[in-house]
Amino acid sequence: MSILESTREVMRRDQVWPFLQDHDQKVDISHQVLLYVEGLNLSFDGFKALNDLNLYINDGELRCLIGANGAGKTTLMDVITGKTKCDSGTVYFGQSLNLLEKDEAEIAQLGIGRKFQKPTVFEAHTVMDNLELSLKSNKSVMPTLFATLNSAEYDQIDHVLETIGLKGERMMLAGSLSHGQKQWLEIGMLLMANPRLLLVDEPVAGMTVQEGERTAELLTSLAGERTVVVVEHDMEFVRSIARTVTVLHQGSVLAEGTMDEIQNNQDVIEVYLGEAP
Amino acid sequence: MSSFLTNFMSFSRINGESKVAPFVVLLLAVTALASASNLLMPQDSVFYVSTYTITLLGKYLCYAMLALAVDVIWGYCGILSLGHGAFFALGGYAMGMYLMRQIGDRGVYGNPELPDFMVFLNWSELPWFWQGMDQFWVAMLMVLLVPGILAYVFGWLAFRSRVTGVYLSIMTQALTYALLLSFFRNEMGFGGNNGLTDFKDIIGFDLQSDNTRVSLFIITALLLCGLLVLSKKIMQTRFGKVIVAIRDGESRARFIGYRTENYKVWLFVYSAMIAGIAGALYVPQVGIINPGEFSPINSIEIVIWVAVGGRGTLIGAIIGAILVNYAKTKFTAIMPDGWLFALGAMFVLVTLYLPKGLMGLVAQLKDQQLQSKQRSANNSSNEKAEEGHA
Repeated sequence: MSILESTREVMRRDQVWPFLQDHDQKVDISHQVLLYVEGLNLSFDGFKALNDLNLYINDGELRCLIGANGAGKTTLMDVITGKTKCDSGTVYFGQSLNLLEKDEAEIAQLGIGRKFQKPTVFEAHTVMDNLELSLKSNKSVMPTLFATLNSAEYDQIDHVLETIGLKGERMMLAGSLSHGQKQWLEIGMLLMANPRLLLVDEPVAGMTVQEGERTAELLTSLAGERTVVVVEHDMEFVRSIARTVTVLHQGSVLAEGTMDEIQNNQDVIEVYLGEAP
Repeated sequence: MSSFLTNFMSFSRINGESKVAPFVVLLLAVTALASASNLLMPQDSVFYVSTYTITLLGKYLCYAMLALAVDVIWGYCGILSLGHGAFFALGGYAMGMYLMRQIGDRGVYGNPELPDFMVFLNWSELPWFWQGMDQFWVAMLMVLLVPGILAYVFGWLAFRSRVTGVYLSIMTQALTYALLLSFFRNEMGFGGNNGLTDFKDIIGFDLQSDNTRVSLFIITALLLCGLLVLSKKIMQTRFGKVIVAIRDGESRARFIGYRTENYKVWLFVYSAMIAGIAGALYVPQVGIINPGEFSPINSIEIVIWVAVGGRGTLIGAIIGAILVNYAKTKFTAIMPDGWLFALGAMFVLVTLYLPKGLMGLVAQLKDQQLQSKQRSANNSSNEKAEEGHA
């Protein structure tokens, strides 16, 4: 922007100066759609990881993303959460918040929580501390230096511990938890921030059948008040939780619908289910 | 106001498990004892501690403070800085400039305004950055500000570009090496390769007298304890927890909403300031500061002290620095050429057999004891059960 233009911008009388505007914007979901992903393109050295991808996630729904390796599932999550910059396209959170111009920390504070493929918790901290760090609070340096837990926050931690079933492990180091427990703790950390949208990457990888069932229960109980997007390879698991399934293939959406529709879709059978033994 | 007070109270609460409090008491007791033995005992007494020893101990404590600075950044945040010698030396130079200006007309050339080396270089007036350094408070401010600002600029550039791991270590080495080369130049105005020396007095006290030496030693010990307690406190706050979280999973910390680069920059600045203070206390006790302090080897040595003591423990860093430097004093007296080999061997052995350093050794031994106790307890209970069966 040239100096002239920015001066004009400041002189405009029909709007408040940009630096005086309220930056604590609310998510506008008046059209019941929480996340708009439109025309997303991204290529790594010529390989098109995302190819004109369009995806709409409704508020409060539980959506499963499936697709073969390299279909762009994780890359899509990277773009939504600000880890990777895309080449072209738009990502809007609600009607008005452009996610592409924000960084990871800002996106997280807007209420988008992300669980990684590999469980990542802070291993040297106790379960309690892990949850404390994930609280929705002012996360700049000085307030953090003097932050203490108040009773409402203690209650919230208790509540989340109950939800993820780790009440007894409260004072244990996160590093000493089992693989499944770490996955739950990570989901608990996301819940502490009271997110609107949860992006969950392969939550049952490496879990036992029982652990997987509990995870499925946990995720279905979350949907409704929150919006949950799950990426998963395990078709059994997807069948057990999914209402709407989106199939990605080579960086774009191949099909979308209920599990039954997807299983009978000729394209899907060809490229994805057909390959599975 | 009251919320601020409660915040402050919780900030100043001492954690029950920490070993810091007994360590501080021990350190202060040794300091008091050594100082008293120097000042009160007659010279021929068995209990007399020579002024040489006092100065040597003071030097060790300065190194300990430097190790503390590295431990804060390396042990807790996982940032391996191989350039902390630079911050130490900058703090030292700030103090050295003040001490130079205190010499006044007692120098070899007797110039009341200019330090000797400037007269020697035929300079007619003080360069701008020497102005005001004859004031003690200005010099002390510079001791904090110069390393702090350098750390801020360096950290801001490096951490914002997400430079981590070995690349950052190499950059810090380059930083200290660049400073080494520039401080060697006479044109820089810091005395070239001779550095700053021939100091006479500090805020009016003769640097050669026993009283001043002991006072400097005590001040060093007090500041070391203060910074140790402060660092421990900071690490117990939520800020400290975020720092450890960044060490263990930086991207996780970022995805729950922390701007990790800001945390890293401010911790780096804090650490650099501790290093600066250590340098400032080091110079009046040793009596010289020269560009040699910037040499990359020095910065690597600090890391070895911390590794020997045990990183991420603060106390370990202090113990490591004191022990390794004591060993260095003894070893270089017997076999001056062998020291670097011994140092290298020590580093290899510690990395192989004591990954958590000496502090970790204590925990390891306790663990073993506990296990063997449990085993014997189990055995005896089994025997009893068997007896019962019989």
